[in-house]
Amino acid sequence: MKRAKINRILNKIPLHAITILILIIWIVPTLGLLVTSFRPVSLINTSGWWTALSPSQGDTQRFTLDNYIDSLVGYRGSSTYRGACAAGTQPLDLHCNISDLLNPRGMGRAFLNSLIVTLPATVLPILFAAFAGYAFAWLDFKGRYFLFAILVGLQVVPLQMTLVPILRIYANLGLNGTFLGVWLFHTGFGMPYAIYLMRNFLGGLPKDLFESAYLDGASHWTAFRKLAVPLAMPAIASLTIFQFLWVWNDLLVSLVFLGGTKPVMTYQISNMVTSLGAGWHLLTAAAFLSMLLPMIIFFALQRYFVRGMLAGAVKG
Amino acid sequence: MAKPRVSAVMKQGKWTPWFYLLPALIVMSFFIVYPMINTVVLSFMNKDSTASAATTCRDGEPCWGIFENYRYALTAELDTSSLQSTWQTFWTSSYGNTLKWIVVMVSGTVILGLLIAVLVDRVKYEALAKAIIFMPMAISFVGAGVIWKFMYNYGTGQVQIGLLNAIIMGLGFDPVPFLSTVGLNTFMLIIVGIWIWTGFCMTVLSSALKSVPGELLEAARIDGANEFQVFFKIMLPIISPTVVVVITTMVINVLKLFDIVYVMTGGNFKTQVIANRMYTELYKNFQTGRGTAIAVILVLAIVPFIYMNIKRFMAQEAMR
Repeated sequence: MKRAKINRILNKIPLHAITILILIIWIVPTLGLLVTSFRPVSLINTSGWWTALSPSQGDTQRFTLDNYIDSLVGYRGSSTYRGACAAGTQPLDLHCNISDLLNPRGMGRAFLNSLIVTLPATVLPILFAAFAGYAFAWLDFKGRYFLFAILVGLQVVPLQMTLVPILRIYANLGLNGTFLGVWLFHTGFGMPYAIYLMRNFLGGLPKDLFESAYLDGASHWTAFRKLAVPLAMPAIASLTIFQFLWVWNDLLVSLVFLGGTKPVMTYQISNMVTSLGAGWHLLTAAAFLSMLLPMIIFFALQRYFVRGMLAGAVKG
Repeated sequence: MAKPRVSAVMKQGKWTPWFYLLPALIVMSFFIVYPMINTVVLSFMNKDSTASAATTCRDGEPCWGIFENYRYALTAELDTSSLQSTWQTFWTSSYGNTLKWIVVMVSGTVILGLLIAVLVDRVKYEALAKAIIFMPMAISFVGAGVIWKFMYNYGTGQVQIGLLNAIIMGLGFDPVPFLSTVGLNTFMLIIVGIWIWTGFCMTVLSSALKSVPGELLEAARIDGANEFQVFFKIMLPIISPTVVVVITTMVINVLKLFDIVYVMTGGNFKTQVIANRMYTELYKNFQTGRGTAIAVILVLAIVPFIYMNIKRFMAQEAMR
């Protein structure tokens, strides 16, 4: 009896070993970024991040918040923002007060821009999709099936296919480099899969529910507001999280329509990678700042996140 | 295709549905349908869309007339002086690289996703393990690009601050400039893609695996099948429809993939892919005609999957 138990445990060792090895491989790259973002620049460039805790580093300060401060305010000099401000050698575009957080070169401003882009670009498509999803699920009209089949096809159309014409229209309307232009673009592209998800969810609700509401004298408008929307909250939650992260993490759309005029986080980071001005200390801190919100959402709302991700996997 | 009316009880005005549909239809026609058509038109015109693409042909050089942009898009990266050089240059062109991406990344994510799904199904920390594997899906490709650029970092001195090169040197070999070594670099970029997307495949495949009836597996085990036989002879055939869906999803994703290449190499060192090349033509070379031609080629590659998606949808509807 006891031997059988030991055997069972022994048999499981390879399983655990492989699983844990894979998990370590998956975590180490992110861990390296996180650790590096807290190390002083001199140590980052002279020793690997995995030695951060080894005693051979001597008495120098091992961890610092300077990278985060510098990248938030957009300081790219050879000292640190705090050091430069104390010595009075800060660059002309920095004032050493709270207003530096809005410096166009910094991640603080980029964070704000990302939020400004993302919130309406999440709310608008979901609002429109709720209406359209209701129509596809509970209203009868000519071409209902055909229109929806087209919608299924449109989900897969790549963004690249539409950039140039939109850019030209925007140039005529003066919408290039404006938040409004990006909101509208994301709304258009968020539509097919958002409608798809809403319609499938709403269509899956019991028919009796809507019929009895209607017999009680409810109009479609009432049924939509009082019945469909509250019941669809799980779908709306998944959709919100997916669309939010999609827009937050998007580079191509903000690169093309906003560029440097209103830099969002992904734009700012890609700029830092391709230009030689920013070292690893700024880059790692900036990258982690951009990952902060998605990580919080992911770990707090994992169930909805996964569901939304699976539904929207082929989007634009 | 006639569908039964939604519900006879729920009467509606003639125009009611269209009020609900209007906002969505307007934004979709403006942002998806119209631009798609316009892009096709632009792909037959010159770089500032003022004349036909045929006018950009030069004397003494090959010319496809109105399809000139397509000639450029398809052959400009190739050295067509001989069959052999064409073959060789194809494999480092954006098309050859995209093909590598599709083959390696799709098989990599699906196989790893399946393996991990099977593994974590048997351990107690399944939820935690899945969260760890899925986590990269939450962060941007740009963020992932930075993470891996640091992993791949190559120093010319004795100290390697990139983990991979530190390991390689620790084993006594010379450090490798991963991202600028032609031939190797595309695969290093694909690893980043695999790292990001395996979680997606794992999640979908894992829920499919869990829906395989347990009695079936028990019966096979009692009949003396080992775990490998149970997996390949029973589980895999049952979940194969899901595997097909995952594969098509991944192929579409890989075709559209732009950010990783843009951030990590910018398409330099022969790592160009179709989606990034389109961006380069449009916004670095300002060649609208050529850029849109590449976009059209990209969409043509995706059309079979659009068709499959619609067909699958119709099959699902038939079962509702």
